[in-house]
Amino acid sequence: MTNAVAPAAEPASATPGRGIRRIRVPQKLRNLELFLLLFVCAVNAFAVVLVQFGALGYADMTVFTLGAGLAVLVLGMHVALRFVATNADPFILPIAALMNGIGIAMIYRIDIAEKLTGWESTAVRQVVWSGLAIALALVVIVVIRNHRVLQRYTYLAMLVAALLLLLPMLPVIGQEINGARVWIHVGQFSFQPGEVAKIALAVFFAGYLVSRRDSLSMVGTKFLGMRFPRARDLGPILVLWALSMSIIIFQRDLGTALLYFGLFVVMIYVSTGRASWVVLGVGLFLAGAVIAGQVLVYVNDRFTNWLDALNPAIYDADGGSYQLVQGLFGLANGGLIGTGLGEGRPDITPLAQSDYIIASLGEELGLAGMFAILALYLLFISRGFRISFAGQDDFGRLLGVGLSFTVALQCFIVIGGVTRVIPLTGLTAPFMAAGGSSLVANWIIVALLLRLSDTVRNQPRLVI
Amino acid sequence: MTRELKRVSIVVFAMFLTLLVSTTIIQFFQADALASDARNARTIYASYDTERGPILVDGQPIAVSVPTNDEFKYQRSYPQGPLYSAVTGYYTLGQGSSQIEQAMNDYLSGTSNSQFLDYLNRLVTGQNPQGASVELTIDPVVQQAAYDALGSYQGAVVAIEPSTGRILAMVSKPDYDPNTLAVHDTQQVLDTYDTLLAADGDPLINKTINDLNPPGSTFKIVTTSAALQNAGLDVNHTEPNLARLPLPGSDSTVSNAGGGTCGGGESVSIRTAFVLSCNIPMAELGVEMGEGALGDMAKAFGFGSELSVPMDVSTSVYPRGLDDAQLALSAFGQGSDTATPLQIAMLSAAVANGGKLMTPNLVDEIRAPDLSLLQGFEAKEFGTPLTSITASTLSDLMVEAVDSGAATNARIDGVSVAGKTGTAENGEGDPYTLWFTGFAPADNPRVAVAVVVEDGGGLGQSGSGNELAAPIAKRVLEAVLSK
Repeated sequence: MTNAVAPAAEPASATPGRGIRRIRVPQKLRNLELFLLLFVCAVNAFAVVLVQFGALGYADMTVFTLGAGLAVLVLGMHVALRFVATNADPFILPIAALMNGIGIAMIYRIDIAEKLTGWESTAVRQVVWSGLAIALALVVIVVIRNHRVLQRYTYLAMLVAALLLLLPMLPVIGQEINGARVWIHVGQFSFQPGEVAKIALAVFFAGYLVSRRDSLSMVGTKFLGMRFPRARDLGPILVLWALSMSIIIFQRDLGTALLYFGLFVVMIYVSTGRASWVVLGVGLFLAGAVIAGQVLVYVNDRFTNWLDALNPAIYDADGGSYQLVQGLFGLANGGLIGTGLGEGRPDITPLAQSDYIIASLGEELGLAGMFAILALYLLFISRGFRISFAGQDDFGRLLGVGLSFTVALQCFIVIGGVTRVIPLTGLTAPFMAAGGSSLVANWIIVALLLRLSDTVRNQPRLVI
Repeated sequence: MTRELKRVSIVVFAMFLTLLVSTTIIQFFQADALASDARNARTIYASYDTERGPILVDGQPIAVSVPTNDEFKYQRSYPQGPLYSAVTGYYTLGQGSSQIEQAMNDYLSGTSNSQFLDYLNRLVTGQNPQGASVELTIDPVVQQAAYDALGSYQGAVVAIEPSTGRILAMVSKPDYDPNTLAVHDTQQVLDTYDTLLAADGDPLINKTINDLNPPGSTFKIVTTSAALQNAGLDVNHTEPNLARLPLPGSDSTVSNAGGGTCGGGESVSIRTAFVLSCNIPMAELGVEMGEGALGDMAKAFGFGSELSVPMDVSTSVYPRGLDDAQLALSAFGQGSDTATPLQIAMLSAAVANGGKLMTPNLVDEIRAPDLSLLQGFEAKEFGTPLTSITASTLSDLMVEAVDSGAATNARIDGVSVAGKTGTAENGEGDPYTLWFTGFAPADNPRVAVAVVVEDGGGLGQSGSGNELAAPIAKRVLEAVLSK
């Protein structure tokens, strides 16, 4: 009898009609997104009000300039999605909006402590940058109706990435801030082209690996139970390694080097399925880092600061662990539930708005808030990975995993640096930290992930 | 590709798990350790957000937080700064705190365990957190008398109520004004602090509890107690009366303060040796009794014990492992003997209280902002170094010393005062340390006192305890007796 029931159920679930009915609900997806966005905007506004009560003792109209600006923009983005990407993932936009909004509230909180107002205010500039970033994201999602178009521009993307990376090295416009030469400066604006270069690199890697994956994975010599690639296939990884090392040496930017290299290793692994690439990649990077640590004073300092942060001599040293330790003090001050927005002293830590925004948030929102932030990041990244799991074309899948992984790795490098898991490097927490280039880059990632998810959901066969 | 994606997902998950663990370690497990790091300015800022509780003497604040308009909500103010500097200590931005401000910080700042519920309550109701008030045992009249009497000498005065151990006066000079360290300009605080730190006579040190000097002849209270009680000798027991005592195994000799013999005669009794404060008979007694009897008595009086009042008291030292020469010196408070003024006051207090030594204490009670009692203090027994018979004999000897012996400058008309002077050597050519300790009235002691005048009182090696320290003690005793 039991045998008779099982076959009867199978055809029913395989009926195309049912499957389609289940996923063809774009209106519901967009309504869910709208509901979440309204909730997120309320949370963001509430955060600004709390900051004002905590740090100033009263609330004023600033909540409108800071909160409403972002709200209008993300709702505009939502409206656009209703027309150009009806099936896009409904969680990506609200999560990005929430992190952007909480970031603005915290930046505003530091502004208050440092008595910055008007155009001096970093929060106001962050809102303007958010506007620009979201506008660019809109352009991306409207213009790129099919992500496969990007595959055509594989080598153009490589060129763009290379140019962006070289820009800060140019005389006039290049600028060195805090020892790292990763900025360009035009008029009033500073920009870190390296942030945007990571997207171009992800596009390039995806395109390149899709076309070369067979030769990279099939051919090679077996050694120690693993198939290692031929010398001529080693080309790209060696080029990337050289690129990373030159970033460390000439731009003095450990974090970005690690980010690019990690991105490449993961994408080559996903496309070829060869663990040997990972071994080669990680081995090369570690060797490079160790040599850099021996040869380059600033890399060596980072390691010393990390390993022996609380040592008074290192704490007081020029370029020592002062910032790292102050960040730890801030986090400790937050404890389990935090001091409350506006009630802590995050401004004591240098770069509390940008590189150290995570410590600032940890101080005022506590361990509970940190868990929430990490959960938000993880949720965002998992939406990206879902696209890769469910995608149909390898280019889209690779691009999806590449873009999500940059966000994941960047979080790890930043938060891991602040919490002493790895040496501290100067990267920004995606969406939250003050900085236009980071915002622009991450909102473009949002647009690309939305586009990818829309494409995936448009394929009727799969339920994701 | 899916298999690889799964593996990368696991790696990403592991990365975030690491971050969850690392933030938990910092924000939960290491939070207390990081908060107590001296470099953590946030802890200091946080402490200024609460209205720090006042320190009271007889109901009047000697340290109080007043509201300010700067980023720190309150500033510490000391209405009678220099008078109480040894008691309150200072409370600074960036340079820490000292004395009661430090020792009672948990209560004053409202962070003690017994105030936790109150703290939560205020947090939830949005009231400003407020610290508890700390009422001291200090008697303002006695404190003022001690402060005036010590004048411009470098030294210290401490007065104790023998029956309870309550500290009635605590003065250390040179003093300083803690208000100058309470300002909110960190550079100014640092400059003032550095100046005080480098100043002659270490004004920042509370000499009553943290300054060790050779006790000199005041230690004869211990030696005599040991002879009478531990060695079972009678007060009329005699020793050879020499003008010079060669130290065993050494070229040095010991002489009495006057340079001659102790009184007249071939031999000298313990009584005479004590009353006239002679060194040679005490040295002889010490060698005769041995280190055990002497050391045990010193220990019973508090030498070698850790004590907090609630500030930590430096441990007074009676050395062990002595040869006969060192033993001889140690018996009249030289050699490696060192003591705080509080320890010396405890010698008198034990004798005054019939042999029972009460633990000295400076804090009377702690009250929450709503005036409910958080903690009261009951008199605690430190130990019983003397039997009542020995105590009574010692008391008689000390009265005799004041009436007709080496401590005559402490005499008060109509009151029998018990006392013992000390004039301790610090080394070849260095100024003496001048002591007096005693109590009054001898038949019903209300106060025990110790006075130390350092740096020879400006007289190098020509001053004596009786000349400089005894008159100071007399004025302190009078302040108590006239109440």
